[in-house]
Amino acid sequence: MTPKHQRLHDTLGSVLGGRIASLSESRDYLTLVAKAGDYRSACQSLRDDPALRFDQLSDLCGVDYSTYGDRPQEGRRFAAVLHLLSLTHNWRLRLRVFCADDDFPILDSVIEIWPSVNWYEREAFDLFGIVFDGHPDLRRILTDYGFIGHPFRKDFPISGHLEMRYDPEQKRVIYQPVTIEPREIVPRIVREEQYGETGKP
Amino acid sequence: MAEIRNYTLNFGPQHPAAHGVLRLVLEMDGEVVQRADPHIGLLHRATEKLAETKTYLQSLPYMDRLDYISLMCNEHSYVLAVERLLGIEVPVRAQYIRVMFDEITRIMNHLFGLGAHGLDLGAMTVFLYCFREREDLLDAYEAVSGARMHAAYYRPGGVYRDLPEKMPLYIAQKSRNARAMGEMNANREGSLLDFLEDFTNRFPGYVDDYETLLTDNRIWKQRTVGIGVISPERAIAKGFSGPMLRGSGVEWDLRKKQPYEVYDRLDFEIPVGVNGDSYDRYLVRVEEMRQSNRIIRQCIDWLRRNPGPVICADHKIAPPSRVDMKSNMEDLIHHFKLFTEGMHVPEGEAYAVIEGPKGEFGVYFISDGANKPYRMKLRSPAYVHLSAMDELSRGHMLADAVTVISTLDIVFGDIDR
Repeated sequence: MTPKHQRLHDTLGSVLGGRIASLSESRDYLTLVAKAGDYRSACQSLRDDPALRFDQLSDLCGVDYSTYGDRPQEGRRFAAVLHLLSLTHNWRLRLRVFCADDDFPILDSVIEIWPSVNWYEREAFDLFGIVFDGHPDLRRILTDYGFIGHPFRKDFPISGHLEMRYDPEQKRVIYQPVTIEPREIVPRIVREEQYGETGKP
Repeated sequence: MAEIRNYTLNFGPQHPAAHGVLRLVLEMDGEVVQRADPHIGLLHRATEKLAETKTYLQSLPYMDRLDYISLMCNEHSYVLAVERLLGIEVPVRAQYIRVMFDEITRIMNHLFGLGAHGLDLGAMTVFLYCFREREDLLDAYEAVSGARMHAAYYRPGGVYRDLPEKMPLYIAQKSRNARAMGEMNANREGSLLDFLEDFTNRFPGYVDDYETLLTDNRIWKQRTVGIGVISPERAIAKGFSGPMLRGSGVEWDLRKKQPYEVYDRLDFEIPVGVNGDSYDRYLVRVEEMRQSNRIIRQCIDWLRRNPGPVICADHKIAPPSRVDMKSNMEDLIHHFKLFTEGMHVPEGEAYAVIEGPKGEFGVYFISDGANKPYRMKLRSPAYVHLSAMDELSRGHMLADAVTVISTLDIVFGDIDR
C-alpha cells in the first residue's frame, strides 16, 4: 500500500468507524463495503469530513451477483458500486453496498449528497430494478417506453423477450415473442487460479 | 384577459441540432425554457450486457462504437482496465503511440465539436474548415489501423502493430494532372510520422484561422457569452469533468493530476476558463487543440529515436507474430487458444479512467476469473453532462438551448451505450 493509500485507509477507519463492513485494497484501489442501513450517513461523512472530502461522484452502477463465479452464492444478490473522487485530496474510493432484500432491492438515494447521481440511480433502477428511496424522479431512462423487466439482471436473456417487426397484413408494427435461437459461440469458462500464469512474461 | 399557460415542445429525436437521437421535452413559457427533460436511450444497444457474453478481445471493437467521435480514447480506457486486471506492463513505445493517438483523437474530437458547434449557431464556414483538417487525422487512423474510424488499434498489452513506414498515396485519375497529384501526395511520401509532423507544422495556423472567424466575432459572442453558466462548486457537484469543468475555472486534468502512460514525461499546459459559460468552454477547447499539437510533436520526436516492441511478449495476452504462428507449434497453440477461448483474467475488479476529449471516460470491470467479464460499466462523461441540461438551459431562450446542447459536446453513442 502506498503512503497515500495508507493515509486514506487510516482516515476512513477513524471517520467511519463501525460503519465499515470491510475495507480492502487491491490493484492500487481501495474498496469500502458499507451496510445498507449505514449507507446514507456514510456517504454524508465521506463528502463532508474535511479529511476525506469526496466532493465528486464519478459513477454509480448496479451489479447482480447471482451467477458470480458460476457457483451458488452465499451473500446478497444486488449491489450498487460507487466510484468517488476527491478533487481536494486527489484520491479515489470504491464504495459497495449490498441491498438487504433480494426480492425487492431497495437503497437510500444519495441525490441530496451528490446531485450527479441522479441519472445513475435512474439507470440502476431501469437496468437492475434497484429502488432508490428518496429519489424525486425515479423513471426508466435507457430502455424503451413501456418496457417490462430489468434487462441487466443475469436471468434476463441476451436476446430479450419481445421483438418488433412490421406486419404487412395488419399494416402496422407488431410486437411478438423473440424468434431467434440463443447461441453461445465462445463458452464462458472459469479456470483455476494462476491458469496459464497470466501476467508473467 | 386570456389565460396564459406553458406549453411543451418536443425537440428531436430527429433534429440536426440534437447531435444524435436526443428527444428533449421542453416546457416553454413563451420562448423561455422553464424545464428541459432529456429522454435518452434511443440508441441503447446494451454494450455492457453484450460484453458479458464476449471475451475481452471480442468486445474491444465495441468501444469504438461508443463515442464515435473520439474513438481511440474509448479503447484506451478499456485496455487500461484490462491491463490493470491482468497486472501487466506495457512497452514504453506502445505507451507513446497511445498517447500520440489520444492527442490526435482529442484534436479530431474538438474539430468535430467546434465545427458542429459553429453549424448549430449558424457559422457554416468553420464546419467546412474543421472537417478539412479532420480528414488528415482520419488518414493517420487509416494508415495505422486500416480503418478510418473504427480502428480497434489499442490492444491489451500494447497496440496492434507498429507505425507504418509509408503512407498510402492518392492514385492517378483522369481528372487529375501530374502537378495536382504531386501536390496531393507531397506530404505522403515519407512515413506516418513525417505525415503527422507536417500536420503539426500546419495545424497552429489553421487554429488561428478558426479563431479569426470566431473568437472576436460579434455574433458568436452574442450567442455564447453568458449562456449555460455553471459555477465551479456546482460543476463539481454535478459530476462534470474535462473541458466542462475546466471552463468553470477548476484546474483538474487527469493527465496532470493522476498521470497515466507517459503523460508525466511530456510538457504541456492546462487551459482553464473564468466565467464557466459556453464561450469560455469554446476557448478552453481551442487552446486544448494547440496543447495537443505540442504533445504530438514531442511524441513524434521520441518515437523517431526509440524503436522497440509495441505489444507485450506474453502470448497468453497478445498474439504471437504471424511468422512464428506459421512456423512454431507452441505459438500456433497460443494463437488458437487466444482467439478461441480468449485470455483468462484473474478474479477482482478494476476501474480505469483517462482524460478523454469530453471528460473522464472510465471503464469498470468485475471479473470472476472467467474468460469474459462478469460485469462491465462504462462511465461516459457526456451522460453526466447531459443530465445537467435542465439546470443549464433553464431560463434561456429556445435558441440558447441549442447552444447548451452544443457546448456540452455530447455524442449519443456513449450516452446511450
